[in-house]
Amino acid sequence: MTSTDVTTERFHLALVGAPNSGKTSLFNALTGSRQKVANYAGVTVERKAGAFVTPAGRQVTLLDLPGTYSLRGRSPDEEITRDVVLGKRPGEAAPDLVLCIADATNLRLTLRLILELKRTGRPLLVVLNMFDIAQRRGVSIDVDAMSAALGVPVITSIAVKKAGVEELRKRTDEFAANMPAVTAGDGWTPLGLSEMKALQREADRIIRDTVKMPSKPDTLTTRVDAVVLHPVAGLAILALILFVMFQAVFSWAQPLMELLSDSFGALGTLVAQVLPEGIFQSFLQNGLIAGVGSVLVFLPQIIIIFLFILLLEDFGYMARAAFLMDRVMGGAGLHGRAFIPLLSSFACAIPGIMATRVIDNRRDRLTTILIAPLMTCSARIPVYTLIISAFIPAETVWGWVNLQGLVMFGLYVAGIGSALAVSFVIKFFMWRDYQPAPFMLELPDYKLPRLKSIAIGVYTRAKMFLQRAGTTILSMMILIWFLASFPQAPAGAEGPAINYSLAAIIGHALEPFFAPLGFNWQIAVALIPGMAAREVAVGALGTVYAIEGGKEAADAIGQALASKWSLATALSFLAWFIFAPQCASTLAVIRRETGSTKWMVVTFLYMFALAYVASLITYTIAKAAGLG
Amino acid sequence: MTVHQTASETTHELRLGNAPRGFIGTIVALQPDIAGAAESGHELERHLLEMGFTEGARVEILHQGAIQRDPIAVRVDNITIAVRRREAMAVVVK
Repeated sequence: MTSTDVTTERFHLALVGAPNSGKTSLFNALTGSRQKVANYAGVTVERKAGAFVTPAGRQVTLLDLPGTYSLRGRSPDEEITRDVVLGKRPGEAAPDLVLCIADATNLRLTLRLILELKRTGRPLLVVLNMFDIAQRRGVSIDVDAMSAALGVPVITSIAVKKAGVEELRKRTDEFAANMPAVTAGDGWTPLGLSEMKALQREADRIIRDTVKMPSKPDTLTTRVDAVVLHPVAGLAILALILFVMFQAVFSWAQPLMELLSDSFGALGTLVAQVLPEGIFQSFLQNGLIAGVGSVLVFLPQIIIIFLFILLLEDFGYMARAAFLMDRVMGGAGLHGRAFIPLLSSFACAIPGIMATRVIDNRRDRLTTILIAPLMTCSARIPVYTLIISAFIPAETVWGWVNLQGLVMFGLYVAGIGSALAVSFVIKFFMWRDYQPAPFMLELPDYKLPRLKSIAIGVYTRAKMFLQRAGTTILSMMILIWFLASFPQAPAGAEGPAINYSLAAIIGHALEPFFAPLGFNWQIAVALIPGMAAREVAVGALGTVYAIEGGKEAADAIGQALASKWSLATALSFLAWFIFAPQCASTLAVIRRETGSTKWMVVTFLYMFALAYVASLITYTIAKAAGLG
Repeated sequence: MTVHQTASETTHELRLGNAPRGFIGTIVALQPDIAGAAESGHELERHLLEMGFTEGARVEILHQGAIQRDPIAVRVDNITIAVRRREAMAVVVK
């Protein structure tokens, strides 16, 4: 009753809207970088909350709810939206006001949603977004009449214009000042079919009475789609976009990644020179600095991938890519939207797994996360090139094919093939009873991306990666350093220090287990620091074979291996790395993205099993062929 | 007269899932009990309603995929929806 609680009591706003209604840009405009991204407890759904202060000094919390066309609650995302609006989500304050965002150029489906929201009894404010675009297209809306017909206040907004956002903040104040008593959520039941039809009829009637549509639709979108969705030209354009994206992730990020890893290497060396030799120096150089470096080194790739994904999403192209790829991916039981995350995984599974957020359906997303690490990531390349150049002769076969290149190609194909096979098996055995989400997707009109909104999006992703995955990756690095350093080599001991460490003890213990694969104890030892990142296995092999010079000594390592390993062992080692479960960072990201340790363990175990079986088969056949 | 009308309507009614690219028509009804669809009848009908497939809506098939002409991009009144032909079988159009 008093007006003093203006500044003390938080006001809760929830943003609801159909997909593509410009909800996220409005959210970004209202909150700027004051955002927190987390997961709702127990589910893979992203929770985006932000805050702003109204002109009267009121503290407002803003929750960006997942986009939905109805309160049906078909997917976990839509259930969240429904439950929060109804005030039934545990741990989530019931919203004092629901902001329903409607795309002014496309009102039909959103008006039905607004009528559905009205039935919940929750206070509602409708924001007609993209009003400028609608006007430019010749859509004229009688806002007052619409407000009267809906029985709900309606305001217009242009998400990117300051004035529109200010207006919205002011309206929030006005609303909060005389808040009505809320009786929401109790009597609500899901709509029946006839009720849905009735609401749609009412929505259509309101549109007829209050909106004047231009006679012709957005011709630009129609003309662009004629090319972009063409069965041949469309696929060619998709291939071109993916090629540029792949190039960017691989080559644009490369110099930055090298710069980062060199800087951290140099910093480590500096520390090593300044500090006296000992366990503290080793911890700083090989544990902490190397650990932080190994987290930061992924950042350029993550930023570039999300830049592309957010740009394509904002343009409206992502839905088109899903349309084009749906049948191809569907053959393996994957969703059309899984395509870009899987492609990104060729660079690195970490940004790829993070990019699966574009897949709405939880099970489709989980399948994609599970198979993403099977794509041949760039960290496997150093291992492949080392073994191939040491063991596979640089011959030409069939007149023009380079044998080494052919083996490399075969390894990539094996990765893709096994990913598709695993996806098929998952769908067939694990989720047999599960009805896949039908592919039904709005193809929104093309829009120019808002750069500020994209920048905020990329920034939020990068921050989230550093906060959430970074801490796990760093602690894994330190653990691996510990295993490779303790106990220390006794004074005057022969051979490299790692041979006396826990890693070596584990390696020796694992030797009988790996023996059927043709792996000796040195390989078993090298696999442990290889947990840090797959390419570290190369350096680790150098260390256990006592070759100085680390990564640069790849040639020397190759020669040493060629003299110590049989061809069967080398082939078996290659087969192992097609699957290679040991990448701590990937496992950490899987745990973070799925919100459960279970899926991390499942991924590790199934990849381990595949790696073991593949190596066993390879070694057995190679030995039988006399290559042992 | 009535007999003639019924006859002409039945000959022109077809499933959206069978319609060729470039087809323009009006939705007559939703009959969602189709074999092989990803959702059960009522759920599929709700889903289609949510995406704007209501009786009387004008539909036009704008684009189709490269493999088995699937999926299709359908203009429903003034928005474009991508849908698989299997699910579009539930939509009766004329």
